Amino acid sequence: MSARFKPGDAVTVRRAYPPGHLRTPHYIRGRRGVIERICGSFANPEELAYGRDGLPARPLYRVRFAQRQVWPDYAGAAGDTVDIEIYEHWLEPA
Amino acid sequence: MHDDHPHSHGHRPDQDGPLSDYQLMEIAVRELLIEKRIVTADEVRRAVEAMDARSPALGARVVARAWTDAAFKARLLADGTAACEELGIEMAATKLVVVESTPAVHNLVVCTLCSCYPRMLLGLPPDWYKSRAYRARAVREPREALREFGTEIADDVTVRVHDSTADMRYLVLPLRPPDTDGWSEDRLAALVTRDSMIGVAVPSSV
Repeated sequence: MSARFKPGDAVTVRRAYPPGHLRTPHYIRGRRGVIERICGSFANPEELAYGRDGLPARPLYRVRFAQRQVWPDYAGAAGDTVDIEIYEHWLEPA
Repeated sequence: MHDDHPHSHGHRPDQDGPLSDYQLMEIAVRELLIEKRIVTADEVRRAVEAMDARSPALGARVVARAWTDAAFKARLLADGTAACEELGIEMAATKLVVVESTPAVHNLVVCTLCSCYPRMLLGLPPDWYKSRAYRARAVREPREALREFGTEIADDVTVRVHDSTADMRYLVLPLRPPDTDGWSEDRLAALVTRDSMIGVAVPSSV
C-alpha cells in the first residue's frame, strides 16, 4: 500500500473510540501533529490481535506532536515534543 | 522461626496466590505446543535463557562505536537494525530506531501502552519501565520524571519523548561525555548505562 502522507505533512489523529486491541493511545486522539517519518508497512495489529492475518499491510508513521498542544497545561519548554507511531487509518489531513 | 538467621534483608514473598488468567493461558498454550510436538520444553527453556543473557552491554557497544566512527553513526541513525547486525548483533524481527541526543535535544523512551523495549540490545526492561507511573509521567511531565531520576534538563534543551506504540523499538544515542577524547571503544562502552540508553540518565566520565 503506498503511503498517503509524507514527512512534514500536518495530520490529525482520528478522535474515535472503537472497541478492540488498538495501538493508538487515547491521549493523542484528536490531536494535530506532523509526519516525522514513514516507518514502512506492517500487518494491522488491530486484526493480528484476533488471529487474522492483518493484511493488506498498513503504512505506519512516526508523528511528532508539540507537548503544549497535547497537554494544554504542559509545564515544560515550548519546543518539547512527543513522537508516536500511528497507523495510516488513524490519520487525516490537518 | 528464623532465630538462626541473623540478617534482616527483605525477602521477596512467596507467590502462593492463585494464578492470573494470563498465567494460566500461558501455561495451557505452552503445554499444548509441547504435547503437539511443535516445540520442546528444552527449546522454550533455551529461548528464555537466551533472552535473559542479553544485557545493556550490547547496546553500549553500539553506542561506543557510534561515538568513535562517524560513518557508522550515520548508518545507525538511518537504519538502526542493519547497523546493529553489522556488529554481529542478532536483531530478529526488531525494527530499531536510534534517536540521537545532542547539546540541544534530550531523548526519552517510553511505551505508554505496555512495555515495548529494545530487548535485543538491552535485555529485559527494569520494573519501573513497566510501571503505570513511569508510563504516564514520561509523556505527561517528562522533565519532572527525569528530575526524580536525578537528571535535570535545562530549559533551553528540547525534551523529545518517543512513545513506542507499534512496531518500532527505540534506543537513545546519548551525548558523548566531555573529557573522553582519545578513549578506546571499550573504555567508552563502560560509561554507557542502560538508563542512559532509555534516556532517564546521561552518561558521565566521572
